[in-house]
Amino acid sequence: MSRDLHSSRAVLDDDDVARALTRIAHEVVERNKGATDLVLLGIHKRGVPLARRLAERIAAVEGVDVPVGALDVTMYRDDLRMRPARALEPTDIPPGGVDDKIVVLVDDVLFSGRTIRAALTALDDIGRPRAVRLVALVDRGHRQLPIRADHVGKNIPTSMAESVKVLLSEVDGHDAVLIGRRGEASEVVS
Amino acid sequence: MIRHLLSAADLSLEDATLVLDTAEEMSRLTEGRSVKKLPALRGRTVVNLFFEDSTRTRTSFEIAAKRLSADVINFSAKGSSLSKGESLKDTALTLEAMGADGVVVRHAASGAPYRLASSGWISANVLNAGDGTHEHPTQALLDAFTLRKRLGELAGRHIVIVGDVLHSRVARSNVLLLATLGARVTLVAPPTLLPTGVDQWPCAVSYTLDDVLPSADAVMMLRVQRERMNDAFFPSAREYSRRYGLDLRRFSLLPAEALVLHPGPMNRGMEITADVADDERSVIVEQVSNGVHVRMAVLYLMLAGAASDGARDERRSERDQVNGAVSDGARGERDQAAGASDAATNEGAE
Repeated sequence: MSRDLHSSRAVLDDDDVARALTRIAHEVVERNKGATDLVLLGIHKRGVPLARRLAERIAAVEGVDVPVGALDVTMYRDDLRMRPARALEPTDIPPGGVDDKIVVLVDDVLFSGRTIRAALTALDDIGRPRAVRLVALVDRGHRQLPIRADHVGKNIPTSMAESVKVLLSEVDGHDAVLIGRRGEASEVVS
Repeated sequence: MIRHLLSAADLSLEDATLVLDTAEEMSRLTEGRSVKKLPALRGRTVVNLFFEDSTRTRTSFEIAAKRLSADVINFSAKGSSLSKGESLKDTALTLEAMGADGVVVRHAASGAPYRLASSGWISANVLNAGDGTHEHPTQALLDAFTLRKRLGELAGRHIVIVGDVLHSRVARSNVLLLATLGARVTLVAPPTLLPTGVDQWPCAVSYTLDDVLPSADAVMMLRVQRERMNDAFFPSAREYSRRYGLDLRRFSLLPAEALVLHPGPMNRGMEITADVADDERSVIVEQVSNGVHVRMAVLYLMLAGAASDGARDERRSERDQVNGAVSDGARGERDQAAGASDAATNEGAE
């Protein structure tokens, strides 16, 4: 942990993350004119706890329990063949499915856009949503595909030499967004 | 992950757990969705090379590979040049020339998959689907998967394997894998149906079925292989059935939650009675559907990623330098084409 402090700096702390998520929850509901037909799908790994938190906030605002699921896009990635085969994370589609629903994809960092492309392809095999929207806690730029987020927690301009790492209490013990040099923070999210 | 799956002993505890966890996810991914296909092996070619008859294993591998979008080619002994006396080597060279990425092989000779994998004839990943009386690792994996699904973690569990251990590749692979997973295994068979050197195996041996049943968490009944029974291993089928068959009386000796497994095909009335085979604690049908998911997991882990691919391309280019062929270039183009279609899909979604 102490090495993290030396090599990377926090750009968002736990309060910032909480405020950003509360705002995004309101935006999602506002844009959708209510919580009807919403399905939140978190993209592994840290998109999943983020989606759950958004659902809690929407429940608090609207009094509606929005279905939450998880999506693993490993087999749909375009770099599947460039790295050794990876273990799969559980994909969990809510019982109501996604057909004719408004699916909100939730990810921690939006970077090249390739993960989202993989998620959209994965969604093809699951059903046909009426619309797909994208929530990202952090947008760090450097898109390689024509993809943009509908709701962003914070835009953080970065250089390609930097890495952005989102820490969440469910996975990492506490909430923060860190910027470091690339290769130092492990699990750089692309 | 390993490059070839020849023996259940090739799998470390870590690898075996990864396969079982991946199989779990494969079963969730293909259940109850509109498109039962996953794109992981698109553009890969899997060859089912079956020198020996098999319905269940071949079909299971075929479905598994197709669910992962691989192209599947079936070679079986009947109706191909294998029945015209072509050697294993020439068959292998043919498959290599056709660009097979994975070869699933069943052969009557123990060690045939090892020969394929180590001879340098082919650069594909080799999966053993049963060789002679040696091993059948994916059967052991699907048995372990079935057991784990019903019993939870297998460490410390007591699994009893009953019957013709001498001729059974299933028994050998199961003993090795279950030992890796930390289970306690007891083999039960007449002395004539135990291989020499069984005392070296990581398991206990008993000749009396009634003694071990009360402590068993699961019993795996092996098929009596009539086609291999020319040497009078026991006096009569009736005597075998009385001493080693699982009937209702023996079934009642088992603890209340214990399971009954059978790799199939069953000889009802011989090693297992019909009422036991059809009991709800018998998971024999479940084993078959689990087989598809376990084989999907193995194919995905061995063929989808880069490590295996890199090794394949490396060896292929080594050979191509010798042969002066250009199959690498063709491969690269194919991969690029796959990338282009990815982009097209993405535009559509946008």
